Amino acid sequence: MKNFGKILKTVCFFCLVMMLLCSFAYPLLLTGVSQVTMQAKANGSLIDADGNLTTDPAEAVGSELLGQNFTGDCFFKGRVSSINYNTYTKENAESGAYPGVASGSFNYGSSNPDLKARIEEDLDMFLEAHPGVTAAQVPADLLTASGSGLDPHISPQAAEIQIASVAEHSGLSEETVEKIVEENTEHKVLGIFGEERVNVLKCNLAVARAMAQ
Amino acid sequence: MLQIILVLAMFVVLVIPMGRYMYHIATDQKTFADRVFDPVDRLIYKICGIKGGDMGWKEYALSLVTANAVMILVGYLILRIQGFLFLNPNGIGGMEESLSFNTIISFMTNTNLQHYAGESGLSYAAQMCVIIFMMFTSAASGYAACMAFCRGLSGRKLGNFFADMVRIITRVLLPLAVIVGLLLVSQGTPQTFAGNITVETIEGTYQDIAVGPVAALESIKHLGTNGGGFFGANSSTPFENPTVISNMIEMLSMMLLPGACVVVFGLMLHDRKKEKKTDRKPFMGRQGAVIFGAMAILFAIGLTICVGAERVGNPVIGATGIDQDMGSMEGKEVRFGVDQSALFTTVTTSFTTGSVNNMHDSLTPLGGMVPLLHMMLNCVFGGKGVGLMNMVTYVILAVFICGLMVGRTPEYLNKKIEGKEMKLVAIIILIHPLLILGFSGLAVSMQDGLAGITNPGFHGLTQVLYEYASSAANNGSGFEGLADNSVFWNVTTGLAMFFGRYIALIAQLAIAGSLLKKKTVNESVGTLRTDNVTFMIILVFIVYIFAALTFFPALALGPIAEHLALWM
Repeated sequence: MKNFGKILKTVCFFCLVMMLLCSFAYPLLLTGVSQVTMQAKANGSLIDADGNLTTDPAEAVGSELLGQNFTGDCFFKGRVSSINYNTYTKENAESGAYPGVASGSFNYGSSNPDLKARIEEDLDMFLEAHPGVTAAQVPADLLTASGSGLDPHISPQAAEIQIASVAEHSGLSEETVEKIVEENTEHKVLGIFGEERVNVLKCNLAVARAMAQ
Repeated sequence: MLQIILVLAMFVVLVIPMGRYMYHIATDQKTFADRVFDPVDRLIYKICGIKGGDMGWKEYALSLVTANAVMILVGYLILRIQGFLFLNPNGIGGMEESLSFNTIISFMTNTNLQHYAGESGLSYAAQMCVIIFMMFTSAASGYAACMAFCRGLSGRKLGNFFADMVRIITRVLLPLAVIVGLLLVSQGTPQTFAGNITVETIEGTYQDIAVGPVAALESIKHLGTNGGGFFGANSSTPFENPTVISNMIEMLSMMLLPGACVVVFGLMLHDRKKEKKTDRKPFMGRQGAVIFGAMAILFAIGLTICVGAERVGNPVIGATGIDQDMGSMEGKEVRFGVDQSALFTTVTTSFTTGSVNNMHDSLTPLGGMVPLLHMMLNCVFGGKGVGLMNMVTYVILAVFICGLMVGRTPEYLNKKIEGKEMKLVAIIILIHPLLILGFSGLAVSMQDGLAGITNPGFHGLTQVLYEYASSAANNGSGFEGLADNSVFWNVTTGLAMFFGRYIALIAQLAIAGSLLKKKTVNESVGTLRTDNVTFMIILVFIVYIFAALTFFPALALGPIAEHLALWM
């Protein structure tokens, strides 16, 4: 038992030292270096209405890494989100319809009938709002929920089938909208890693700017 | 396909030098970084009163359990009173008892099963003093035990627990965590102590953006094969895993150290044969290569099934008429697509990290069976150190079964395998299915357990199996649909994690201690060789056969039945 007392004493000091090192010294060091060398990224990659990185939350309209829920017909729609992208109106917040910041998905299993019902309902709504588009042209990413509920991207195909509708409701020409999509398409790294994808928020900021001109 | 092969190639390239560096640390040999770390370690030894003498296996195990127990106590207190502590800009209150119990066991056992959501359940102080702290110390505990185990099997003294802990944290985990953390920030992972941000969107609505010291947690979460996320949706959230580059960094970080443990083991065993000692060290030694090879085969088979199933997609979604060329996208992120998601899924459950970059509950039935199966095997590389020890347990079992077949006393590494070792092996092999199947049976027979199931049919049973497999294997990923924050689920998974970790760990140290005491026997023509391809294949079969004998009925009722129901 004498031995155990010795071990216990060592353990206590060991915990103290490791907590200082791992819980304080390490995150503080990392925060210091990140805030000095990569300030915008370390603070959430916020962007302003012009699409430029900013560190001022008052100027920011979103983060280039996070998707947003868009309701206007003149805007591109992102993927299905179980948390509505943490986007809410004043009324939502006051009535408690917005439960607070979250992340996640519906977690439907492949065989869950709710999954099928959700996709069919969304598909009908989408086809109605986008005449000329057939079900076979709608890519799976547009009607399936993202894992985080915050996915900022859609596939190039999902953007392409929305171009006509966005052009019509925004009053911009289809060429202009096509160009906006092209400019906000992110490519595979080295042509190998990842997927081709379109940043929905950046597209919509560009659409809004073009409409204001 | 090419991107998957390239990631695995990068792993093989990185794991050899890392294994060699860790071998030098574990055997107290010179490394290039001694000049920096020797004074640091000496200072820590002095403060803590660590003398550094060799321990017997009992003292080693006692030190490990005591250290973990003290950390559990401290961590539990912090979780309960986090609402009154510093660094709480989002005003989060204390955590409830059963959830605190579950959380603290979860992080101390390197499981990182999370029944809370980080953005709404933990203050920054708790994220740092409990979560990040335990991510370092639990990983180091597993690694320390593994090093003692390797030393025992290679005929060395077991070493000193505290010296092992300090050396792994200062010389491997901390420096790597800083490097990986900075790389993640460069990809867009936030690292700040400021509170959450609210912005006004161009449509006049508001969006809440949760930030925090994410990168610090994210890097050690993968390096230590921990897996608990800063946010509820873990590595699928853009802030935890912003780009495909960060995705690959995270995968490689979680593969690096468990892979390196196998290399360390191989190099230590290579030293044993003094007569053959040459100047050049092999890459990982023949014994190590056999184990590495067997793990790689198991991994490749699982990965192929998972990628294949996800690419084919879900027939229910196909039936709605939409274009499913890109595979099953429900619960996945566009920037990763199916390939990087299925790879991440297989890696995180093979290396028992438990972080997820897509929602496993929404995987196709066979795609979801692979992570489930790899947690049931629990030896496909496995978590930091622990996976290797489990695989060596299977090696001893394979040697024993082959010995019975040819009618000779089984030997491994020139030591006789006898009754005592086999009893310990049996405990380790049996405790895992006992925990998974026993608790699953309990859950589906009780109202409190059934209340957690959120998907109807066969998938509901898979949710339950997955939760306990993840707990017992100390993985921590989940079929997140499960409504698991209830007293029943918190307590039962807490117990599964606790016994899953410590019973196996102590039994494995006991095996090492027992083998170390035995006399060395000389190899003869009748000795079963454990360093060739034949044995590697035997090993793979033994692992699959034991998994099939214990888990096949459960898998048949869960994912396999769901697959057949969808496609038939």
